[in-house]
Amino acid sequence: MTPFTPITSVAVPVLRDNVDTDAIIPSREMRTTGRTGLADGLFAPWRYTNADARTPNPDFALNDPRAAAARILLGGANFGCGSSREHAVWALAEYGIGCVIAESFAPIFYANCLRNGVLALAMPRAAIEQATWQQLEVDLAQQTVSGPDIDYLFTIDPEARTMLLEGLDAIDLTLKQARQIAGWIKADADARPWVYLEQAR
Amino acid sequence: MTPSHPRNIFSRIWDAHVIHMVPHGAELVAIDRVFLHERTGAAALKSLAARGRKPIDPARVFAVMDHIVDTNIGRSDATLMPGGQAFITETRDAARMAGITLFDVNDADQGIVHVISPELGIVLPGLTLVAPDSHTCTQGAFGALCWGIGSSEAEHAMATGVLRMERPRTMRVEFTGVAASGVTAKDMIMALIAGHGAGGGAGHVVEFAGEAVRAMDMEARMTLCNMATEFSAMTGIIAPDHKTFAYLAGRRYAPASFADPYWASLTTDEGASFDREILIDAATLAPMVSWGTSPEHAIAIDGAVPHGPQRAHDYIGLAPGTALEGVPIDAAFIGSCTNSRLSDLRRAAQLLKGKRIAPSIRKALVVPGSSAVKRAAEAEGLDRIFIEAGFEWRMSGCSLCFYAGGEGFPEGSRVISSTNRNFEGRQGQGIRTHIASPETVVASALAGAIADPRKVEVLA
Repeated sequence: MTPFTPITSVAVPVLRDNVDTDAIIPSREMRTTGRTGLADGLFAPWRYTNADARTPNPDFALNDPRAAAARILLGGANFGCGSSREHAVWALAEYGIGCVIAESFAPIFYANCLRNGVLALAMPRAAIEQATWQQLEVDLAQQTVSGPDIDYLFTIDPEARTMLLEGLDAIDLTLKQARQIAGWIKADADARPWVYLEQAR
Repeated sequence: MTPSHPRNIFSRIWDAHVIHMVPHGAELVAIDRVFLHERTGAAALKSLAARGRKPIDPARVFAVMDHIVDTNIGRSDATLMPGGQAFITETRDAARMAGITLFDVNDADQGIVHVISPELGIVLPGLTLVAPDSHTCTQGAFGALCWGIGSSEAEHAMATGVLRMERPRTMRVEFTGVAASGVTAKDMIMALIAGHGAGGGAGHVVEFAGEAVRAMDMEARMTLCNMATEFSAMTGIIAPDHKTFAYLAGRRYAPASFADPYWASLTTDEGASFDREILIDAATLAPMVSWGTSPEHAIAIDGAVPHGPQRAHDYIGLAPGTALEGVPIDAAFIGSCTNSRLSDLRRAAQLLKGKRIAPSIRKALVVPGSSAVKRAAEAEGLDRIFIEAGFEWRMSGCSLCFYAGGEGFPEGSRVISSTNRNFEGRQGQGIRTHIASPETVVASALAGAIADPRKVEVLA
């Protein structure tokens, strides 16, 4: 994973509560089993007046001329709720979004962001409204969101911060404990034999 | 633990699975089971293989075809969804390569992941089970810690046997009292979300408890836990009891007996503390129907649409003050991991028996949750009741819980649906979804408009 470096970008508002992953990337836009080719379908139901013809909806924030090359997205409460589809984050990242700032996040979406190098950070509603369409700098090392009218210090789980900043691969990191995990499983197989099944048929 | 430190079932299971605590970081939590499906599983398996890795214990990894598989009788790998076949064939190939157990398209055990996992005894009390599917919380009904994850996390769990987790907070939702006739587990979970918001459970594991939960059979408990994700909770869980053990005993992957004292230890002690507690009197609840575009937009069926976000009113086409009962519908759907089990179909069929759905209904589907449910329903003649009433009887799968680009509802339909999500466009662009219990779906299909199941006369 690429280490997270400070992002300077206009902050594009999609200030609705409960933005679900079906809206971020509808099932019908997930056309291959891979992780790519999804940016075009990002927010398809809202971004296009006709999704099949890809006719842009001028009222949707990402189609606003100010949003060109935007890397920061603003959302409301419970952002990313619904389906666990990681395609929502893959679509955002492929489109160029590196940071989503919302009032709160649904848990699976939050974890998916972290595993893909996208910073999901929570900020109070008032600060988010203030940040709308502003040029922001998001600095993870300093844990700051700054702009013309905003200077916000955010908190983040220390492990999430380290993983993003260093671009760590979670599997590689965990496998450093492989011996300990194997030892635990060996002991557990004695304690809870029903967990451990015969080889697949 | 001494009795002075009462514990809840979540902390019992969690603590028993923490292998390692990273200083100032995550806890490595052992994962006992991984379940994949063709929609998100192929990505995880392919990515695992691309890095030259294999599941550390393939015998504890399962996969099933449920999400985009066709539900028409006589199906094959071909799907109505454009490009869908690749999801099936690639999942099959990747599953074979990884050596995991696959329940294939026309396998006798095929079905929706959260329906077949308990049927086969794959989920057990005290286990951790993850799947790249948000409704994995359904399986918490068995006193296991089961939650939805992304594809990368599924890959992580297969490769390492653990997940890196932050310990969640705990919440208890207690349903006291006795639910009235016609009020189901679906109505109870919808009432919770309507009352406390679609984000109300964020950061928490929710234990469902109380008299009304104890009274439920296992299938109703699954319905209750199913929508914990619509509450934004990490998951839901119900402490196991004699019903849980009786359901699971002797199933293919389950122990023959649950006599070992370990099983009885999976409880929440009297006096155990929770970060948050919610009390709901089940006796006060009525059948619930969603009116808007979030599961929190739901009201009792005899209520009127409240003031909500303008967008939701515009999409659904109902102004504040409109009575929900009597709103004409165009289509009806019974199925999904929420409400597609044998008991759901029995209750629906009981209301439907000897009647015909309204001629204005343009599409009405019953999609059993698993191939086993389908066979059991047919053995009881439920399929005849549905077909004679005007429903289509399908093969099992997730079907039109979501629109994947293949089969859809007629353009502009208003659908009464036993599913879990009424998001904008969830069942197709412009399709307006009202989620409700299977009973309410039947009552509405009969009336051609949203209708109260308590008013339907049951014919002998």
